[in-house]
Amino acid sequence: MGAMDEACIVGIGETAYVRKPGSGLSALGIQLQAAVRAIEDAGLTGRQIDGIMPFPNLGHAESFAANLGCENLRFQSIVWMGGAAPVASLRVAGAAVRQGLANYVLIPAGWNGYSGARARQTVAEDVSSLPGGAIARDFYLPFGFSAPPQWYSVMARRHMHEFGTRPEQLGCIAVAMRKHAQTNPNAVMKGRAMTLEDYMASPMLADPYRLFDCCLETDGAAAVVVTTPERARDLGKEPVFIMGAASGQPRPADEITNRKDIFQTGLSLAAPEAFGQAGISPGDVDFAQIYDCFTFEVLQQLEEAGFCKRGEGGAFVEGGRIELGGELPVNTHGGLLSEAHVLGMNHIVEAVRQLRGDAGQRQVADAEIGVVTGWGDFGDGSIAILRRA
Amino acid sequence: MSQAETAVPMPLPELEGLAGEFYGYCRKGELRFQRCSDCGSWRHVPREMCADCGSWNWEWERSSGRGRVFTWTVVTRALHPAFQDACPYAPAVIEMDEGVRILSQVTDCSPDQLQIDMPVEVVFEDASEEVALPKFRRSTS
Ligand SMILES: [Zn+2]
Repeated sequence: MGAMDEACIVGIGETAYVRKPGSGLSALGIQLQAAVRAIEDAGLTGRQIDGIMPFPNLGHAESFAANLGCENLRFQSIVWMGGAAPVASLRVAGAAVRQGLANYVLIPAGWNGYSGARARQTVAEDVSSLPGGAIARDFYLPFGFSAPPQWYSVMARRHMHEFGTRPEQLGCIAVAMRKHAQTNPNAVMKGRAMTLEDYMASPMLADPYRLFDCCLETDGAAAVVVTTPERARDLGKEPVFIMGAASGQPRPADEITNRKDIFQTGLSLAAPEAFGQAGISPGDVDFAQIYDCFTFEVLQQLEEAGFCKRGEGGAFVEGGRIELGGELPVNTHGGLLSEAHVLGMNHIVEAVRQLRGDAGQRQVADAEIGVVTGWGDFGDGSIAILRRA
Repeated sequence: MSQAETAVPMPLPELEGLAGEFYGYCRKGELRFQRCSDCGSWRHVPREMCADCGSWNWEWERSSGRGRVFTWTVVTRALHPAFQDACPYAPAVIEMDEGVRILSQVTDCSPDQLQIDMPVEVVFEDASEEVALPKFRRSTS
């Protein structure tokens, strides 16, 4: 029993994931669609939801509550950590239900990431929405350092220099995610298999990042519901327990270039805390859903979370070891790289599905313990260690 | 790229507060970083207080202007339309002799000539009437 084992996930919901104009829903509408499914999956009604944790910049608890008919919205909170927010919210939601601040906490995330404002539009027109805010505006953008693939690829290059990590090893990550997507009917890249040769032939965007190192822009949403094991018992659904959860930020938190240790992320600090709570080590984990905004960030998080030593990530991802059937299947749904970019909430949904034994063709045999990570802004990190009932 | 996209102006720093002071020195051809008056540590980007010792006391101290290339990326598809015509270009992290790192560009070599640890020195490039950006060129020292 981990220290956080007194909270669990009882409901999951997802929309279809698409890359074509117009889901027909607003950013709120598409998230509500996922939220309703998660609430139904839990055996609850909207009225019973009394805690809501929206994604930063993508919604207000009040508007969710008003639509869902919540009778008593007792708890709301936003964790301002970009893509690390959903997993970090699991931790806060777990603490909230344990403390009695709420009985059922809804965590939604989603957007029209394809048909709405896309990355190139955002960087040009909405500078204030960028991670780092004024620092990015005053010290990065004037030099053309303006977007996530560029910010993160400098870490990848430095890692290549220090440890001999090779482009083909980043390719192994992209290929594994794409392979997993072929087993997932809801993956945007289902039906579009990719080889290492295809990867190496894809155009450079921000060297060393090629097109296929980058995640998808997608319309879609996902959501989960968190409660206590006592309440879960009355819902008749097998809960998935949160054994450990932590979030962290590197030093400095708001800037990449002046970290003494440029490979440090929030996860470097959060992972030992979460594994300590859970009372297990990375070797006990059956699968990992790793926030894959870009390929190298998967390798980096595998190292920083302790699945291998720093510098050994390149070898760790080779030879099918992170593929289904390998030692540590990573992103069994295809991840942000090949399923959809739903801000990492789809990683949590997939972990729950695996631990319920509901992952169909891509089920990891006898999966008992899984890890989910989040990565946001300039290096915010979060991690949750989940186990089946 | 369409006219509308190439017409997007280059993003420039807001000349307010500490960032304004930093770029004010750049306008005069001086690269200065904050240095803690109590523990002596240099810092960049500008901040209110010393993250090493907690002191509020600091001065703008002149940098040697010399450093080495720490890492970089080569942008071949600009996500910001103002940089469309500049591709390929290479935002680079320079580690200064003082220990701080600064994001900039090395102007006198093509992206494929960059090397980690390559020595560089600061030069100033006018970006507008008010703003000079600190950039770098190869150095022999
Ligand atoms: Zn000091």
